Amino acid sequence: MTPAVYLAQDPTLSDFGHDPWWIVLIKIVFAFVFAVLATLLGVWFERRVVGFMQVRPGPNQVGPFGLLQTLADGLKMAFKEDILPKAADKVVYFFAPTISVICAVTALAVIPFGPMVSIFGHQTPLQVTDVSVAVLVILAASSMGIYGIVLGGWASGSTYPLLGGLRSSAQMISYEVAMGLSIVAVFMTAGTMSTSGIVAAQAGSDRSASLGGFDFFAPGWYAILLLPSFVIYFISAVGETNRAPFDLPEAESELVAGFMTEYSSLKFALFMLAEYVNMVTVSAVATTLFLGGWRAPWPISIWSGANEGWFGLIWFFAKVILLVFVFVWLRGTLPRLRYDQFMRLGWRVLLPINLVWILALAGIRVLQKENSDAVRWGIIGGALVVILLITLLWPDRKKRPQVTLQEQVNQRPQGSFPLPPMDLVVPPSPRARRGVAERQPANVGGGAPDVIESTTSEEKEG
Amino acid sequence: MTNIALAATVTTGEAVTFWILAPLALLGAIGMVAARNAVHSALWLVLTMLCLGVFYVVQAGPFIGMVQIIVYTGAIMMLFLFVLMLVGRDASDSLIETLRGQRVAAILVGLGFAGLVGTLVARSVSDTTAVGLEAANRDGNVQGIAALLFTNYVFAFEATSALLITAAVGAMVLAHIHKPKSERLGQPDLMRLRFRAGNHPGSKAGPGVYATSDSVATPARLPDGTLSRASIPEILPTRELSPRETAPKGTEK
Repeated sequence: MTPAVYLAQDPTLSDFGHDPWWIVLIKIVFAFVFAVLATLLGVWFERRVVGFMQVRPGPNQVGPFGLLQTLADGLKMAFKEDILPKAADKVVYFFAPTISVICAVTALAVIPFGPMVSIFGHQTPLQVTDVSVAVLVILAASSMGIYGIVLGGWASGSTYPLLGGLRSSAQMISYEVAMGLSIVAVFMTAGTMSTSGIVAAQAGSDRSASLGGFDFFAPGWYAILLLPSFVIYFISAVGETNRAPFDLPEAESELVAGFMTEYSSLKFALFMLAEYVNMVTVSAVATTLFLGGWRAPWPISIWSGANEGWFGLIWFFAKVILLVFVFVWLRGTLPRLRYDQFMRLGWRVLLPINLVWILALAGIRVLQKENSDAVRWGIIGGALVVILLITLLWPDRKKRPQVTLQEQVNQRPQGSFPLPPMDLVVPPSPRARRGVAERQPANVGGGAPDVIESTTSEEKEG
Repeated sequence: MTNIALAATVTTGEAVTFWILAPLALLGAIGMVAARNAVHSALWLVLTMLCLGVFYVVQAGPFIGMVQIIVYTGAIMMLFLFVLMLVGRDASDSLIETLRGQRVAAILVGLGFAGLVGTLVARSVSDTTAVGLEAANRDGNVQGIAALLFTNYVFAFEATSALLITAAVGAMVLAHIHKPKSERLGQPDLMRLRFRAGNHPGSKAGPGVYATSDSVATPARLPDGTLSRASIPEILPTRELSPRETAPKGTEK
């Protein structure tokens, strides 16, 4: 290892495209194996964590800690009967799950797993490839992945899958808009669309302040710098991957299993695979765009060796697992949204907030670059005037006239449904009175609750 | 990016990509016209558009290529599919020709047009050498497009977006039925309607409750013995059983 290697540890776009074919093959196989392994372990992880949250063990029979449970499930699924519905469109029905999986895995090709490493003597970035529009490649892959779900729903030839498929595509298209807009802030700050460039831009060593002899480095992570974008990205990522609380396409209480209703055997397994790979992919993208990618988190990053070579993989995987845990946590905590509430959240809340935030960020960027004070004050004054106008012109809610309960009762027409008296006081329970009268009997076999009740009622009355 | 940026000369990778994707794009185009099912037709078109997107990327326009895939293939074709799926999967076009000889004429005119465009493009492009790509992509493809969009073409760009927004808002105004909040019934109002005088607030008696027969045409008997009209569908005529029907049938022993 020569010092020159350390200097070139941040891969740039010019580092890509020089690998011999066998290194490219190794990287592609690595990304694919990562996707499959992430699914196998992801399902196990989710079931264990949800089990822990619901105070039950979760899968613990197959293998140590139930680690092989997903493998067993996968094998079982492969040996099940592959049912082809009579009304299905055979070709499309067959291709839909494969489209889902291919698009989900493709996005992993532009994720930077680590810095420059040495593979069998070759210096190469730990990333399959990078292009100047890498983030758009990820967006393109996810927008093509919708086809798998929609076509699967349509080709099944029955109503529930069709409705589930349409629902899911409307959902994913809506949330892709919010997702794309939240990435815009990252583009504006990083000045590039290549994933390795965005990771390099989050190194954050150029923004520092010294206070009392100590040097403070401002966090380079866009999760802190661009917090609104990060929050919106994560919310829309949950919507995009059809995960709870946004799992409306497969809302089992309304649509049986949504677009997957008619699928069985390996095709169903492929849809499952695509769902989990998608979850891992959006987590990896969030890590890359907002959490500093493969760079070590703050206290560890003081050690200069933390960002070198294969160490990058550790930090990357740690961050991805953390985000996947948040996905599972959300699923274990939140109930499912209603469809109209969900769409309203996307279009009326996330989208406008995002637009305003991008506008504000653009203003801040211009302020930073502008040198003349007149223009600066002009921008700040303009922003203040706009805020003032909005607060002044914001439509206020009409207050409802206050009508007392007695007036409402008086307004009821003759012969209405009878009402209980308004001054109704719930009388003491007759059982409690009996308890007082009986006065704690000496030995009552199995009568413990009665005794407890009688004592409490005594306290109430006395 | 290095091998993509040098697009003035055709590299091996570019040639291989072209010769794999060009037949696929053509296949998609032919399939789109030939497919009988409307959804299949749309899917063939998706294939063609995907190939076109990759062509753009190979031609040193990665941004426009990706936007082609995200916007056209991902969003717009998806909306097409929406409509087609909601219309119904069996809504394929009738194959009976209303105009005699129309198919032959269409093929001839199509071939003629393709030949015309092909020779035109071939004659005008074959001898020219592409220049200026390096200069256009000097600061990066995205930056180059952004610089052009926000300087020379800013008016055209803004006018186009204004047009699109007007169209979208217009469609929404035409299609969306907006009920003012004062006309909408809230939960308290619905409850007041339900408990108003003269309306039975409970659920209607189901057919067969206290009834002598399990036919839906038999009205339910209320606890006081009267028949409930609300328990039978309105389209069914009410009738009493005839003496012959009520008479013992001789099957009981």
